[in-house]
Amino acid sequence: MKKNKIEIKGLHKAFGDKVVLDGVDIEIKEGESLVVIGGSGTGKSVLIKCIQGILTPDSGSIKIDGIDITQLDREEAEKSYAKMGMLFQGAALFDSLKVWENVAFGLIENQKMPRKSALREAIRVLRQVGLGADVADLYPSELSGGMQKRVGLARAIATKPEIIFFDEPTTGLDPIMSDVINNLIIESVKGLGATALTITHDMASARKIADKIAMLYKGKIVWQGTVKEMDKTNNPYVKQFINGSSEGPISVEV
Amino acid sequence: MNYINIQTTINISRKERIMMRFYKKFLRRLGKTLVTFFSRLGELSLFVARSVYHCMTPPFYFKLLGRQFLDIGFYSLPVVALTTIFAGMVIALQTYSGFSSYGAESAVASVVLISVTRELAPVFCGLMVAGRIGAAMAAEIGTMRVTEQIDALTTLSTNPFKYLVAPRIIAGVLVLPMLVVVGDIIGIFGGYVVSIYQLDFNPANYINSTINELQSIDIITGLIKGAVFGFIISLMGCYNGYKSRGGAQGVGEATTNAVVASSILILIFNYIITGMLFTK
Repeated sequence: MKKNKIEIKGLHKAFGDKVVLDGVDIEIKEGESLVVIGGSGTGKSVLIKCIQGILTPDSGSIKIDGIDITQLDREEAEKSYAKMGMLFQGAALFDSLKVWENVAFGLIENQKMPRKSALREAIRVLRQVGLGADVADLYPSELSGGMQKRVGLARAIATKPEIIFFDEPTTGLDPIMSDVINNLIIESVKGLGATALTITHDMASARKIADKIAMLYKGKIVWQGTVKEMDKTNNPYVKQFINGSSEGPISVEV
Repeated sequence: MNYINIQTTINISRKERIMMRFYKKFLRRLGKTLVTFFSRLGELSLFVARSVYHCMTPPFYFKLLGRQFLDIGFYSLPVVALTTIFAGMVIALQTYSGFSSYGAESAVASVVLISVTRELAPVFCGLMVAGRIGAAMAAEIGTMRVTEQIDALTTLSTNPFKYLVAPRIIAGVLVLPMLVVVGDIIGIFGGYVVSIYQLDFNPANYINSTINELQSIDIITGLIKGAVFGFIISLMGCYNGYKSRGGAQGVGEATTNAVVASSILILIFNYIITGMLFTK
């Protein structure tokens, strides 16, 4: 029995009157890959930002390795945040820095690795995500969308994090490139033995990456289970979502 | 008779209803504006406190600080030089045309000296750098905000205040006074050029009276103003960029706000500092 890497209980977050997270409960075991699915604007991104400490939740607990990080002071919590890596939706590469400096950012700034060995390490990680050493000296704006995603992935895994977040990793990519990125995600997560939390509304990607799937709707987890269970479930929310139908319990606010 | 009475009561109540609606709307607008104003003020104060705290505490990013020194200081030199030289020249001309009827041409040197060092060089430096650098800061940080690069910094365990805000504010506070000193020299030189070549003054006399008139307070005023203006420019650029929302339009708004707010604040603080230093 593996222990829980991430354990979230009763997480609430509201912006003004708008309740975004309304009591989210999630458990992710060590080395497990959980995919949270849900429509746009259901609070998926807010969930990840709360775990990473970019947003402060209103109430509820977030335990990383059994320690509630919402109760820690900033400096203590930083240690938990240092274990995390993230691939952003738009890659969010620093456009004032070269590709290799992006990848090596965490190594240089936090682990205080000398620049020469950081460059070598960056090139190694870039190769791991299928990019040659020739892109290392380019700037992010000179890369295509798929390549930027790869560099973003390389930056996320370069610090060897124990937890990796993926925010809509396949959005904006063609189906083939999506599959390539999915494979890279699986490889790199397995390679590091990391725990992964992905948010997406791309079902093909979710099926591929996930050990477990959870569905977020109106700030609550309405369903959880494996991919096989998802195909058999009678849960009306999940059925409507995976079939992509506009009719069902999920109402789309236009 | 009865019919008419009923008609008038309806009329009054309708009028009242319209008035009520008007007042309600007015009060709601007023309340909303006030609440927004105070929440903005609170947000800004918090931002100032955090920025100052992170300017004082390690780690420091010296490489980024160096880049800001170049951007704010070195690359602003041409603009500052051009504005202050013409300011000095025009002051010399105006002083001459105003004072010549009193036969006090010697006043030109001291008027140029005082107006350039105490007011024109600091204010022109401030305004030009606000336009050049304040806008660039807001645009850069704003774009980083909307493309999630600031969040990415946080996830890489780097504090965005230390990495983005602190170098800009430190550089602003240190560099602007230097720019003002450069502006002082070039502005006075502008006045000298006009006085010698256009108004036919004696160069030696002009230089003599400039040096005799020069007091340390002239330079110190410029230094104080430069530091304050530098802080205002960097702060407004970073704050507006940091808080920008909603894509390209939001970044555009942030840029405009940064320049407008810092320009207005520079003029207001210029008055306040002059008031504090020169009224007894």
